[in-house]
Amino acid sequence: MKNDLSYMDSVHRDGRIWNISMMVLLFLFPVAVAVIYHVLPDWQGFLMGLIATAPMYWAVAVVETFTYVPMLGAGGSYLSFVTGNISNLKLPVALNALEQADVKVNSEEGELVSTIAIAVSSIVTTLIILLGVLLITPLTPILNAPVLEPAFAQILPALFGGLGVVFISKNWKISIAPVILMLVLFIFVPALNSSTVGIMVPVGVLFTLGVSRIMYKKGLL
Amino acid sequence: MNFDVNSPVLFVLAGIVIVAVLAQSVYFLVKAWRRAKAIGMDMGKLKRIAGTAAVFTIAPAVAIVISVITLAKDLGVPLPWLRLSVVGSMSYETIAATNAESAMGLTFGQVTSLTARQYVTIVCVMTLSIMVGIWLVPLIGKKLQSGLISLENRDKKWSDIFSSAMFIGMISAFLGYVFCDFSVVFRGDMSGLIPPLVMLVSALVMCVCGLAVRKFKWPWISDYALPISLILGMASAIPITALLG
Repeated sequence: MKNDLSYMDSVHRDGRIWNISMMVLLFLFPVAVAVIYHVLPDWQGFLMGLIATAPMYWAVAVVETFTYVPMLGAGGSYLSFVTGNISNLKLPVALNALEQADVKVNSEEGELVSTIAIAVSSIVTTLIILLGVLLITPLTPILNAPVLEPAFAQILPALFGGLGVVFISKNWKISIAPVILMLVLFIFVPALNSSTVGIMVPVGVLFTLGVSRIMYKKGLL
Repeated sequence: MNFDVNSPVLFVLAGIVIVAVLAQSVYFLVKAWRRAKAIGMDMGKLKRIAGTAAVFTIAPAVAIVISVITLAKDLGVPLPWLRLSVVGSMSYETIAATNAESAMGLTFGQVTSLTARQYVTIVCVMTLSIMVGIWLVPLIGKKLQSGLISLENRDKKWSDIFSSAMFIGMISAFLGYVFCDFSVVFRGDMSGLIPPLVMLVSALVMCVCGLAVRKFKWPWISDYALPISLILGMASAIPITALLG
């Protein structure tokens, strides 16, 4: 137990150092450009742009942190919140890896499996983007070909179809209520679309937890 | 120095940050791998899991490259390369860039050249607006994890249901999202069926993979079932869109 705790402690210590360092490094990019080109931001444009963008994304980020950290594990969370693309890539990768290994994320094995899958995914993503940047001239007409456009527009349905089958078939009792709720909401509430799905994730999580708790207390699970 | 959104200096600056991100991923990979070995986990299984994660990542990563190409029209290549290699996503970066540009009287998608001042302003908006997750995880990540461990110690069965319920909650939100344009079908526009049909194809492929594993005893299929269902689901979108789009 002592070893387990010290490993997890070291993950949190290292994660904190890495993430704060990455935050500083990210801030240094605009600072460096400003210094090299001897300019300051357009403060009015900056403030207006920030006011239009930040409040929603700050709120979403707070909710995402509370929602995704328990699903990603410690190491996976530190990495995912730096490398981004969480819901469309890192979380499905972690979920699939946990399923493959048949372990729970709140076990040490689950923590390691999730971290390894997310780290590999982050490395591969970075390398593919690098390749894309190096080959941007020949790749642009291919990747922007109208024939391929529908395929890339439908990544999320193609992703969650397969993932849904695996998880819903294994947890069908607790899946019925949230799936019905979300279908009704997304079909009949026009305001719910691709830009609001991030907000609906915690709603779905809290609702499923509530339903599962009631079913568990009543001995239905 | 004359400013250009594709200046080599910007490539170097973006490259430095991206190398650091890559280093963080490698660091955590090595750390977790060593620990897994030390506690006696099946390393062959872990290699297969890593392989699946790599294969599964290819299609979404190519979609990210397309996002880089899209954003590069306004912002040059280095900034989208940086932004989409760290933190962000296509939808976020587009919204942040659009808001920053419109705050300076520009229109996203129609910008032919940016000044250094405009560029720095856009980068500042894009960077600051999405920084919360990076510092919040170090702040509360350990407490959240400790809460889960104590839950596990108190009631193991509920702890297992708790983690499954979180995943199901997340998946149900995305399943709902697949149907967000479905209501247009009631008005006779069949394009609203495209995402649900693509999802159905992907789900069927996953079922076929599951059957193949059981019937023909091909365990390797289970390792690659998700990437296979993803790719075939995406491929099915091409004829389905041609038919209904």
